[in-house]
Amino acid sequence: MRSAHFLRAPSEWAGGGRGSEMLRLFGRDLTCMRGFRTVLQGVNFELAGGAALALTGPNGSGKSTLLRLIAGLLPAAGGELRLEGGAAEASLAEQAHYQGHLDAFKPALTVEENLSFWARYLGASAAPAAALDAVGIGGLAKLPAAYLSAGQRRRLSLARLIAAPRPLWLLDEPTSALDAAGQAMLAALMRGHLAGGGLIIAATHGPLGIEAEELQLGRRSPSPDSPSKTGVNALEAGEGWGGGSEFGATAEHQRATATPNPSPQGGGEQAGARVSRGAQS
Amino acid sequence: MTPLSALLLRDMRLAVRVGGGALMGVLFFLLVVTLTPFAIGPDLALLQRIGPAILWLGALLASLLALDRLFAADHEDGSLDLLLMGSAPLELAVLAKALAHWITTSLPLVIATPLLGLFLNLDAFAIGAVALTLLAGTPALTGIGLIGAALSVALRRGGLLLPVLVLPLTVPVLIFGVAASNAAIIGPAGFGAPFMILCALTLGSLVIGPFAAAAALRHGLE
Repeated sequence: MRSAHFLRAPSEWAGGGRGSEMLRLFGRDLTCMRGFRTVLQGVNFELAGGAALALTGPNGSGKSTLLRLIAGLLPAAGGELRLEGGAAEASLAEQAHYQGHLDAFKPALTVEENLSFWARYLGASAAPAAALDAVGIGGLAKLPAAYLSAGQRRRLSLARLIAAPRPLWLLDEPTSALDAAGQAMLAALMRGHLAGGGLIIAATHGPLGIEAEELQLGRRSPSPDSPSKTGVNALEAGEGWGGGSEFGATAEHQRATATPNPSPQGGGEQAGARVSRGAQS
Repeated sequence: MTPLSALLLRDMRLAVRVGGGALMGVLFFLLVVTLTPFAIGPDLALLQRIGPAILWLGALLASLLALDRLFAADHEDGSLDLLLMGSAPLELAVLAKALAHWITTSLPLVIATPLLGLFLNLDAFAIGAVALTLLAGTPALTGIGLIGAALSVALRRGGLLLPVLVLPLTVPVLIFGVAASNAAIIGPAGFGAPFMILCALTLGSLVIGPFAAAAALRHGLE
């Protein structure tokens, strides 16, 4: 795997000081309000080092909100979020990479300047050139970022993930704008990160290309009669991450129990991923 | 290189690249100062008397020009999210951005002051006094402006909101900046007292500004 050697040993992750203990990320009963609207309610998950979690659900179900919540960019209205086994003095946000829809690159700066700034700001010491090579845009280092295509910008933001090593990756639609080779490269990067004991949470509509547990965020459409009550719910993902076999629920079951919902919940979105146990919260 | 010096360097680079705001302030300053004699007429004595005030007004308005983009640009392209996830406290990141902004927009104003002072018939001593007060006072304008720049991100209103918020707060800086300049040039009051107060305003705003701006940015992220 080409990218593997760019992934530092866990002890070199930003923040350092990690013991031999395995990283574990817990979310318990997470609730998030935006304005006066409940976007997430009762979200539970548990993720151990080396595992990936795929967030799925229809548009507007709160996938991006959950990622921003974990990244510390949105306040949680309730619940608990905890990373165990990480650097003691570093906050969760300092140990996480957040890759959202906006890539935070300045068009006026060159590719290399953009990447080396973020690598330094986010706590890396290594030169970013190797990371550029790893994502296949090493030849564009001197080009202003304004000239990059959408896919190349996406590759550049992937380079940021490996230039500044952090244990938790929060990826929002990581496969978007990437070509087939890019998606394969992304899958290789993610596999390398997981092999090093890292954690990945990715919001996705399509297959990620890696083994991932699935956390399905559903939502009920607010009924006009009782707008305050119906709100939104998110589905609880199972306790036992070890095996997929105990997650017996199907998408149909989920639709029946949790989303008596006129909006279509495409079965195709769940292709290739295991469906977690759905339970109405 | 530490995270904060990387941020300082990035912002300075951005300011001098195409589309950056570094030169706009100086050009605006030049316009204000050259237009004034046309409006007032060729009364050299009058120009000399109000020269420090015109230079200070021009510098005040010019230093606010690029300020509304200080955090708004980072907010729009997602940089602000990642700035919050760094290991450096947001207050210090804000201070680093403020320093970069001051170096690229206000420092050129101070450097341009001697030339523009000539347009207003100021003698060398008067030019030195105005340049010194601008050097001491413009960081206060940046520090106060930080709050407005962060609030305009939080409130999602750019443009005119910033001057409306910021200009009233800059009145003390303007008063003591011009007072110190005039005291040095025409007396009879001492230069020391107003200059000290100007320095105190700068120090105070450099402490309060980053904390207030960081609080506004955190609040505005929702």
